[in-house]
Amino acid sequence: MLCTKGIPTAEDLATRIPPEERRKKGPVVMIECFQKIPCNPCYTACKHGAIQKFEDINDLPSVNFDNCNGCGLCISKCPGLAIFVIDETYSETQATVSLPFEFFPLPREGEEVDLLDRSGTKVGRGKVLKVRNGKYEDRTPVITVIVPKELSMVVRNIKVGGDVS
Amino acid sequence: MKKTEIAVIGGGPAGLMASLAAAEMGARVTLIDRNSRLGGQLVKQTHMFFGSEKEYASIRGIDIGKILSAEVLKNPRIETMLDSTVIGYYPDDGVLGVEVEEKTFVKIKPEKVIVATGASEKFLPFENNDLPGIYGAGAVQTLMNEHGVIPGDNVLMVGAGNIGLIVSYQLMQAGVNVKAIIDAAPNIGGYWVHASKVARLGVPIMTSYTVKAAYANELTGALERAVIWQVDNKWQPIPGTEKVLKVDVICISVGLSPLAEILWQAGCKMKYVPQLGGHVALRNENMETTVPGVYVAGDVAGVEEASSAMIEGRLAGLNAAKSLGYDNGTFNEKRREALEQLESLRSGPVGEKIRQGLAQLVS
Ligand SMILES: Cc1cc2nc3c(=O)[nH]c(=O)nc-3n(C[C@H](O)[C@H](O)[C@H](O)COP(=O)(O)OP(=O)(O)OC[C@H]3O[C@@H](n4cnc5c(N)ncnc54)[C@H](O)[C@@H]3O)c2cc1C
Ligand code: SF4
Ligand code: SF4
Repeated sequence: MLCTKGIPTAEDLATRIPPEERRKKGPVVMIECFQKIPCNPCYTACKHGAIQKFEDINDLPSVNFDNCNGCGLCISKCPGLAIFVIDETYSETQATVSLPFEFFPLPREGEEVDLLDRSGTKVGRGKVLKVRNGKYEDRTPVITVIVPKELSMVVRNIKVGGDVS
Repeated sequence: MKKTEIAVIGGGPAGLMASLAAAEMGARVTLIDRNSRLGGQLVKQTHMFFGSEKEYASIRGIDIGKILSAEVLKNPRIETMLDSTVIGYYPDDGVLGVEVEEKTFVKIKPEKVIVATGASEKFLPFENNDLPGIYGAGAVQTLMNEHGVIPGDNVLMVGAGNIGLIVSYQLMQAGVNVKAIIDAAPNIGGYWVHASKVARLGVPIMTSYTVKAAYANELTGALERAVIWQVDNKWQPIPGTEKVLKVDVICISVGLSPLAEILWQAGCKMKYVPQLGGHVALRNENMETTVPGVYVAGDVAGVEEASSAMIEGRLAGLNAAKSLGYDNGTFNEKRREALEQLESLRSGPVGEKIRQGLAQLVS
């Protein structure tokens, strides 16, 4: 599916989902980068040593989840827009997903938006918690959106506006 | 007749780096580009680049272009000629014929030449492929990113290589609907992360599909419909698999081929290497062709990436300067560093095609 549609399968994803123990402790990174390409800005972006050093620039990123504090500073530095931060401790029933979003208009904090999965299909509605769009993000804003907990591994995009239903 | 030590033809990433490297060693450079600004393909790339930090990874192409151009323009050893097209190279006396601003003709006699002219887009044969509304990906990027004009409302993208995927993403960013991205190959040719980006926007990617025909609106004469069909594993279309898409734009992005005219004129030994996009010049590790004093760098030396184009440019610039006796003491170190970086960039699985192509080239 990845090599014909661009959509990772459950098996592809299983190797990237942070362990449940770690997810229970707070926000944590999930890197959906599956192909060896000559690229390494994720490693240089992380100041917490959570993304292991690349021996070869073609290596896949490998994450030490215990070092990751979920700061999300790697999200806007990945040219593949393949990095997300998931916080399953947001509330009893809700999680948050932080994702890169390079479309206008940007949502406002508190605004309801459509929640989309990896194929761009709408899976629900959710409120935007935070919009980071400073000099550091450099035109790759990072949006944190509140999602039902069971969709924490499903929602990977949003659509501003959308229909209220 | 104007004289210069090193003429660099083309001001894209390869030519910019070649000029900077040669000037750094101490040589005097004349950089010639037919556009009114430097940067080549970079000026159209609004997305972040891959590669390593040394080649400006994670910075947008357009910003890399600005950084390098500014360095070139303030370098006293580099003279820049814009709106200037090299239209001929006369190998007998080593003279370049340059048309400046489409009116004056200037002859330049350089001691060394670095050809960094880039590549041009391939086109695709199908019924009515000349209708208004059918563009190459480069033209669509120029329209949108340089002139702020959108090409239409609904687009069929042909080609799922990096360029097709990136331009689809840029179209969606501009509010244009990409109905589908098709590719005749059985797999996506571009990076999967780019494919996932457009998939998340709801754009379907259809591999093993090609264009059968395009049809115009009878009143306006402009494109209105595209018919696509599936191909089998021998690239033969399968009748009965046709699908009709209502689109007012077809964007063709089926690859680039090196712009090697000047190299042919110079008498360089050329070879057809499909992995590199077409005819390329044989050259040695220093990027020097079979014609002594004529160097190549970037897409014209084999269609690849801006990151490798920059390093090839640096290599060509360093070596051309050194062959004129210039060395600021760092030549050996810089040359070795560049060779290592090139090797490391091409060492992974996505570099395999390039490695196969290059293996056929070294003279
Ligand atoms: C949509 C798209 C996305 C891309 N994304 C990436 C990416 O993410 N990462 C990456 O590394 N690469 C990327 N690339 C590839 C990269 O842009 C090219 O590989 C790179 O620009 C090649 O550099 P170059 O200097 O060889 O040629 P070019 O950038 O094409 O520059 C050639 C220059 O030569 C000039 N010229 C040509 N003929 C003449 C003549 N006769 N006289 C005078 N001037 C002449 C042209 O005007 C042009 O300015 C992308 C390309 C495209 C199209
Ligand atoms: S979220 Fe922060 S700590 Fe975790 S990998 Fe990214 S940059 Fe490092
Ligand atoms: S920066 Fe992004 S695309 Fe590049 S290796 Fe890291 S995760 Fe993959």
